[in-house]
Amino acid sequence: MYIWDFSPLWKYRFLFLEGIWVSIALTAAVIVLGLICGLLGAAGQLSRFRILRWLSWLYIEFFRTTPLLVQLVWVYYALPILSGVELSAISAAVLSLSLYGGSFYAEVIRGGIVSIDPGQSEAGLALGLTPSRVMRRIVLPQAFKRMIPPLMNQSILMFKNTSLVSILAVPDILYQAQRATMDTYRPLEVYTAVALIYVAILLPLTALAKFMERRLKEY
Amino acid sequence: MSADAQMISVSGIHKSFDDHHVLKGIDLGIDKGEVVALVGPSGSGKSTLLRCLNLLVIPDRGEMRIGSDRFVFGPGARLPGTRTQANFRANTGMVFQHFNLFPHLSVIENVMEGPRYAKGMGREAAKAKACALLIKVGLQDKAAAKPNQLSGGQKQRVAIARALAMEPAVMLFDEATSALDPELVSEVLSVMRELAAEGMTMIIVTHEMSFARDVADKMIFMRDGQIVEQGSPAEVMDHSKNPSAQSFFSNFRQA
Ligand SMILES: Nc1ncnc2c1ncn2[C@@H]1O[C@H](COP(=O)(O)OP(=O)(O)OP(=O)(O)O)[C@@H](O)[C@H]1O
Ligand SMILES: [Mg+2]
Repeated sequence: MYIWDFSPLWKYRFLFLEGIWVSIALTAAVIVLGLICGLLGAAGQLSRFRILRWLSWLYIEFFRTTPLLVQLVWVYYALPILSGVELSAISAAVLSLSLYGGSFYAEVIRGGIVSIDPGQSEAGLALGLTPSRVMRRIVLPQAFKRMIPPLMNQSILMFKNTSLVSILAVPDILYQAQRATMDTYRPLEVYTAVALIYVAILLPLTALAKFMERRLKEY
Repeated sequence: MSADAQMISVSGIHKSFDDHHVLKGIDLGIDKGEVVALVGPSGSGKSTLLRCLNLLVIPDRGEMRIGSDRFVFGPGARLPGTRTQANFRANTGMVFQHFNLFPHLSVIENVMEGPRYAKGMGREAAKAKACALLIKVGLQDKAAAKPNQLSGGQKQRVAIARALAMEPAVMLFDEATSALDPELVSEVLSVMRELAAEGMTMIIVTHEMSFARDVADKMIFMRDGQIVEQGSPAEVMDHSKNPSAQSFFSNFRQA
């Protein structure tokens, strides 16, 4: 019978705090950059120009359908060989997570925009607003409300996704957990603690997302 | 009246969606202040014609003039730029069957939207104008409400005020009362009646035949993408020689 003993973990508390900080900072960075990728991807999808639609489709589908782990490894090890640009582990992690997240954000943003009744654009155009004004003043404000809950959910997933960067030796929560495990030989306790850390951070955020979803329901 | 004195003149308008030929050469002249009822069976192209008149649909071929704006469509003709299109649309008010109010804006903001962001009018001036129009349609006390707090009839009256705020040369109504509960139809029709009495040039797609008979100076009967019959409402409704017009209007008389 296994005897659970969490006490050896206490002396690693600063290590964990450091990991938490890295994970949160990484998540914040890839959310911001991912949203930019997503906006560009969605704009490409809705573009009048076929070539832009096609390029954004390629980007979105490529990053949505390949495993994030493969992307991380590929960007870190293969990209430098192909491009000659050496990337630090952190840069490679930020780059691939942003592109990966962006491909999902793009679909959320595009979906939000096309979900707005075409009658809304028509009414705006009929008033004499230019198409870009219609987009900014009529469509986007309505679409944005619908996008917020799925964007929040996707961002919560982003936090979990950052755990994969430990394979590039980026010192996030999971990487620190591996170090603690090697020192203590207490993997069960360590990973239980890690799970609890993720729950503690994400539970309030999912609750917030749910709350926002209800608040933003309709007008 | 000579063609130049006409507010709207349209000739040889064609429109197809893929290989579905929806408008097959429409010629139309409408005088300033004239009220035209556009009627016909479902799918005859009434909405498409109306939408061509404010460029929500771009005709494949033909010529169109409203006021001093003139467009030629067809092979070799250049499509008007987005700015030109927008200015043109500003001059033709459109009222939709399903209102299409902007749900994220208050009633008064809906009415102010065109003057503010299509004409660049200042906030206070736009507000004063919107207030006056809300009084005109009897909704001054709903200025701060959101569209979803209004009844269908109230929504449509706001939509009319929103279109009028641009001071258009012509108002286009596409089945403005078809989505309303029967008891709410009359409040919208009375606003339209008042506009007609003030001399607004109007094209009204409607199934309200007694209203059309009452208010319209001219009735146009469309079928299969063509104008089959036009004249005074009495001529078109009661004395048409055209069998399709006869059978169309006999359905309404029985109902
Ligand atoms: N954007 C579009 N794409 C494809 N087909 C269209 C489009 N708009 C209209 N049509 C088709 O054109 C035909 C004429 O439609 P339109 O809406 O002009 O008819 P209508 O006379 O207004 O009919 P209703 O009384 O039902 O409103 C219909 O067969 C319709 O399916
Ligand atoms: Mg129609």
